[in-house]
Amino acid sequence: GAWSRLAAQQRLTQEDLIGPPGPGNLTLIHITDIHAQTQPVWFREPEINLGVGEARGQPPHLTAEEFRAAFGIAKGSALDYALTWEDFVALGREYGRMGGLDRIATVVKAIRADRPDALLLDGGDTWQGSLPALRTAGQDMVELLGALGVDAMTAHWEFTLGSDRVREIVETQLACPFLGANIFDAEWDEPAFAPMAVFERGGTKVAVIGQAFPYLPVANPRWLFPDYSFGLRLERLAELVAQAREDGAGIVVLLSHNGFDVDRKVARDVPGIDVILTGHTHDAIPEPVQVEQTFLIASGSHGKFVSRLDLDVRDGRMQGLTHRLIPVFSDVIAPDPEMAARVEATRVPFAEEMAEVLGHAESLLYRRGNFNGTWDDVICDALLAQRDAEIALSPGFRWGASVMPGEAITREDVFNVTAMTYPAAYRTEMTGEMLKAVLEDVADNLFNPDPYYQQGGDMVRVGGLAYRIDVGAPMGSRISDLTLLASGEPVDPARTYVVAGWASVNEGTEGPPIWEVVEAHIRSLGTIRAEPRTHVTVTGI
Amino acid sequence: MAENVTPRVRVPETATAGEAVLIKTLISHPMESGQRKDAQGNTIPRSIINRFTCDFNGQNVIDVTLEPAISTNPYFEFEAQVNESGTFVFTWYDDDGSVYEERKEIAVS
Amino acid sequence: LGAFAAATGLAGPSLAATLEERIDAFTGGAAMAEGGITLTAPEIAENGNTVPISVEAPGAVAIMLLASGNPNPDVGTFHFGPLAASQRAATRIRLAATQEVIAIAQMADGSFLRTSREVKVTIGGCGG
Ligand SMILES: [Mn+2]
Ligand SMILES: [Mn+2]
Repeated sequence: GAWSRLAAQQRLTQEDLIGPPGPGNLTLIHITDIHAQTQPVWFREPEINLGVGEARGQPPHLTAEEFRAAFGIAKGSALDYALTWEDFVALGREYGRMGGLDRIATVVKAIRADRPDALLLDGGDTWQGSLPALRTAGQDMVELLGALGVDAMTAHWEFTLGSDRVREIVETQLACPFLGANIFDAEWDEPAFAPMAVFERGGTKVAVIGQAFPYLPVANPRWLFPDYSFGLRLERLAELVAQAREDGAGIVVLLSHNGFDVDRKVARDVPGIDVILTGHTHDAIPEPVQVEQTFLIASGSHGKFVSRLDLDVRDGRMQGLTHRLIPVFSDVIAPDPEMAARVEATRVPFAEEMAEVLGHAESLLYRRGNFNGTWDDVICDALLAQRDAEIALSPGFRWGASVMPGEAITREDVFNVTAMTYPAAYRTEMTGEMLKAVLEDVADNLFNPDPYYQQGGDMVRVGGLAYRIDVGAPMGSRISDLTLLASGEPVDPARTYVVAGWASVNEGTEGPPIWEVVEAHIRSLGTIRAEPRTHVTVTGI
Repeated sequence: MAENVTPRVRVPETATAGEAVLIKTLISHPMESGQRKDAQGNTIPRSIINRFTCDFNGQNVIDVTLEPAISTNPYFEFEAQVNESGTFVFTWYDDDGSVYEERKEIAVS
Repeated sequence: LGAFAAATGLAGPSLAATLEERIDAFTGGAAMAEGGITLTAPEIAENGNTVPISVEAPGAVAIMLLASGNPNPDVGTFHFGPLAASQRAATRIRLAATQEVIAIAQMADGSFLRTSREVKVTIGGCGG
């Protein structure tokens, strides 16, 4: 209740959260995957986050007690709330929402107060994920992150605004370098964006290489950015690392949107990178993960965390590293008034529209985890009901804030889990065989033992369908026991089913935008009670 | 017959004698595989670029045999050794008998 | 998610020679050694219709490319002339499905080298 919340928050102070000035002579600040969340949010971390191959049982593939044990976190503590899932609702009522760009600004300013030349690096997935960001084609985030003083960024969902818009922002509005060593022009195979930025800090050259999401044209619609090719391009990365060292860099930082498991392998395959600031897979890890001589930092998503790295760089190399994953408890960290005003200004044109109440949540709505969350179930139910389908498919996005039980569901909440540039809720026919092929394909993108064949994201969410998945099985044989829930009958490979879904990567997909479908569904029900479902059976863990 | 077939090449304008120069070529062409069917179910006949060559001052650099699995708008990248100034001649041979040619001068010092 | 149809233009039945027949025609049935030949390809194709491939075999007179999982495995052959500065070439190819791309080099002494790379062709969609 209110008393325990007060007591819990009294134990936390802004000074404690941000921490004392670190040792060393160079400070990096890392933010990533904010997904246009300018406001404090509820965001429940995953209940299921399976690692395969070398990553099995390794961070970030730890949840609940395993996570607490690995990092010495007390059950029921503030960090338990921030980093794990089990008591999310109860702890959320004690510790409150997390994030908010105005609170992040306070953290950044506090760090810069004792280290004025700290480098602020943004790992991408910044310009997408909210109603204002969608309506302004990322303009709000570009301006706000500019005001925050970002020194360099890389990208993923940024490209779903279309290549013309990305170029317009990069060429005419962005105050910092837009880095992508792996972004090439698709026609002549030549570098399309700056690969690296070099900063002078306290007599040290800091090389920051940017790596955009390597699988953009696979995971997102390539017709939105047909002029670019991505990929891992590790030979190019190795060349850039060598070039940076030749040019006298004392430290080489990879600002990456590869995803954590990919970066773990990159650290081994491309020696000479001191620090990889990871992104894309939305993991928050309280400590650096060391791979050979490289330190991997994972700073979470949705503005919940800011990473601070204090580095000791001397004699042309990194001699020490202190890391602090700062949890942005929005009731503890004071909003920065200047940023709060800027954020408010970006929201004013849409305030009335966003605030409209569509219904009420009786249970926690969340999305994050390898399989369906309750928000995904609501979206799938909406597709089944509103598009008159037998089976619903919803993409395994890792972005999307939670809604607490007892809260109103506003239009803003719906956009927080749906806002993107290819929202058409299609209705199509698929054979049972094709459905299985789709599930197998996505499963391999998630559970291929070689991370270079993984794309991040989670398993496609299903409605009206049950299945069994053996995550350890090879490609093409993980999925079995597909069952149509409406009839309880096995899915017939030869039969045709009516399938509704959204976020197709195909050009010309037709249907109403998904937020209209979800809104109509919530309005028709009034209250939403979405308990976790058991229609996916997971084996082979 | 393929329409609007346009070859393009990227060659440095200058080089030093004996240098390996990187050459990139593109030709806009549908590379109809001969395995697709039209809306009526009739096979669309194969129509591809089946050979590409690059010569410099009369000597061959590369000679490529293309099959239908080469993508639309065939792209090639390779390295030529230039020992003196001269002219690269690039030639594409179409199934329909058409021959497309492009030339590029290079000054070697 | 949603690119369900294999739109590579290579689907459908084929009377083409089998992979083994094509290799035999190129090598005359000679043994092929590993090593000395490098095939570079993406782990995951961004677009099965246009997959960038690069091959290099120092000292080769010709390199043949084959797509083992296409209805017709033929892709093309590079013949290197006297003015080739390296025995390296790059192109873009169509892959109908996840498969091994194979490169076989014919060396100046008449010997043959072989290598292959798996390229995943995926339906795509979803993401973090
Ligand atoms: Mn993200
Ligand atoms: Mn991402």
